[in-house]
Amino acid sequence: MEKTVKKYWWLFVLPTMAAFVIGFIVPFVYGVFLSFCKFTTVTDWKWVGLQNYTKIFVVNGKVDTTFLHSLWYTTLFTVVTMLIINVVAFAIAMALTKGLKGTNFFRTCFFLPNLIGGIVLSYIWLMIFNSVLANYSKTIVSTQWYAFWGLVAVVCWQQIGYMMIIYIAGIQNIPSDLIEAAEIDGANSHQLLRYVTIPTLMPTITICTFLTLTNGFKLFDQNLALTGGNPGKQSQLLALNIYDTMYGTTGWQGVGQAKAVLFFILVAVISLLQNKLTTGKETQA
Amino acid sequence: MATKNQKEKNTKAENSVSTVRRARHGTPLTIFFTILSILWIYPIIVVVLNSFKRKAYIFRNPFGLSSVPLSDGFDKWQAGLSKAFVAWLNYQNAIKKTDMFRCFGYSVFITVVSVALIVLCCSMTAWYITRVHNKATTVIYLLCLFSMIVPFQMVMFTLSKFANMLHLSTPWGITIVYLGFGAGLAVFMFTGFVKSIPLEIEEAAMIDGCNPAQIFFEVDVPIMKPTIITVAILDSMWIWNDYLLPSLVLNVNKYRTIPIAIQYLKQSHGQIDWGAMMAALVLAIVPIVIFYAFAQKYIIEGVMAGAVKG
Repeated sequence: MEKTVKKYWWLFVLPTMAAFVIGFIVPFVYGVFLSFCKFTTVTDWKWVGLQNYTKIFVVNGKVDTTFLHSLWYTTLFTVVTMLIINVVAFAIAMALTKGLKGTNFFRTCFFLPNLIGGIVLSYIWLMIFNSVLANYSKTIVSTQWYAFWGLVAVVCWQQIGYMMIIYIAGIQNIPSDLIEAAEIDGANSHQLLRYVTIPTLMPTITICTFLTLTNGFKLFDQNLALTGGNPGKQSQLLALNIYDTMYGTTGWQGVGQAKAVLFFILVAVISLLQNKLTTGKETQA
Repeated sequence: MATKNQKEKNTKAENSVSTVRRARHGTPLTIFFTILSILWIYPIIVVVLNSFKRKAYIFRNPFGLSSVPLSDGFDKWQAGLSKAFVAWLNYQNAIKKTDMFRCFGYSVFITVVSVALIVLCCSMTAWYITRVHNKATTVIYLLCLFSMIVPFQMVMFTLSKFANMLHLSTPWGITIVYLGFGAGLAVFMFTGFVKSIPLEIEEAAMIDGCNPAQIFFEVDVPIMKPTIITVAILDSMWIWNDYLLPSLVLNVNKYRTIPIAIQYLKQSHGQIDWGAMMAALVLAIVPIVIFYAFAQKYIIEGVMAGAVKG
C-alpha cells in the first residue's frame, strides 16, 4: 500500500509544504542570517558579523541595560503568573469536581475571558484600572510596578480558566478506586491531596506549568495594549522590547533580529526542558 | 442534546465523590462560587454598562449606570441616570470610527478560510507522513516539531516582508501565511491520531478498489473527526484573536481584523475615545459569547484534548 500512497505526494504534502516553506522555513533561515547583517529591508543588507549581538548590550562604548532589564522583568512576571495561575486554577478545579450545584455555570464563567483576545481584554482592564487609580491621581503606567501587577491581573484573569479546564480533565481521570482505597485506609482530605491527588496529577501539573511559562515569556498583545511598555521602556516584556527595537527605531532592525534569535533560544530551551520532563513522566505512568 | 450530555457529566462527577464530603461543604461552596463567578465576569458587565454612558462619566463612576455613585444618595443617583445615558451614541461613533462590521467580516473570512485550509491540508500531510516511511517524511515531521518551539518574533520581520513581496497582504493571502505558520502544531496533532488508526481498514478499502485520496476522505476523515474538531477549535481561538501577525502582514489601511480595529482606536499620540472604545469592545465580545454559547461543549473538549497532546 505504501507504494501506491507514495505517488500521491503532490496532493497530500505539496500544498502544506509550499505554505510551510513560505510561512516558516524561509523566514526562519533568513531571519537567522539577517541577525548578522545591517539592513532596513530584506533585499538591502550588509554583513556585519556579531555587531548586532554586541549592540544589544553595549552601545557606543556604554552599557545598555534595556534588554537585560526587560529579560529580568519578563522572568519575574513569568514566575509570578505561573505560580498564581496554577495554584488558583488547581484550587478552582478541585472545587468544581466535587459535584457542586451549578458547576457548569461556574466553569462557563471562569473560562469565558480566555476566549476574548489579549487586545480586547487589555482595554477592558485599562478602563477599570485607570478609573480606580484616578481616585489616587495615578494611572496604570505611573511606575513599572503598577504596570507589572496590572499585567499580572489581566493575564491571570485570562489564563486561569484555561488551566482550570486542563486540571479538571486531569482530576476526572484519577481512578476513583484509588481515592476510595485511600479513604478506607483512613486518609483525611489533606493526606488525600498530598499523597494521592497531586502525585497522580503530576503530568497535568507539568503541562500547565510549562504552558504558563511559555505563555508568560511570549506575552505581547496585553503588554502592547495595557502599558505600551510605559513608563519609559520599563514595563517592556521581551516580545515588546524586540518589536520596539525592530520597528521603533530606524537602523536598528538588525539588533532587533539579533534579540529575536536570543529570544528564540530561550523559548526553545524551556520547551525542550518540558519535553524531557513530560516524556520521562509518561514512561513512568 | 447539549444539556443532556452535561447532565450525564454531572452525574458522573457526582458519583466519583463521597456524599458525606459533599454534604459538609456543599452549600457554602456553592454560594462562594456563585459570587466569585459573577465577580469574574463583572469586568465584562462593566464594559456593557459603560458603553451606554456619556464618555465623561465613564471614569467618574465606572461601576454604575449613573453619572454619580449610589453612595452620593439615591436622588442624585437617579438624576444622574438620564444625564449619563446616551443610548446608542457610542455605538454609532464606534461603528463610524472603526468600520466594525467590515472588520467583523474580514475576521470571520480569515478565520474560517485559514482554519479550513489548516485542517484540510495538515490532516492530509499528517496521514501521508505517517503512512509513507522515508527520509523526506521524517524530515517533514521533525521540521513541524521544530516550528512549534519558534516564537513569532523570530520570523515576524522576514515573514511580513516576504508576504508583501509575494502579494499575500490580502485576506486571501494571509490564509496561506496562517497555513504555513500553523502547520507545525496541526501536523503534530493529526500525526498523533493517525498512528492509532489500524492499517487493516485502509487495506480493505484499497482491495475494494479505492485510491489513496478516496481512502483518506472516505475512511480516515470520519475517524479523525474528534481531532479535526480539536485542531479547528484551537486554531480558531488563535487566529480570531491574533493581533501581531495580521497587523504586520495585512495592508492595514485597507483590511483590518477586529483586534487591529480596536488597537487602532488608540490614536498615535495615545488618546482614546473611551465611549467609542466601550462600544467597540462590546461589539467585539458579543460574537464570541454567542459562539461560546452554541459551541461550548466542543470548545471545552477541544481544550482538554489539545492540552493532553500538546
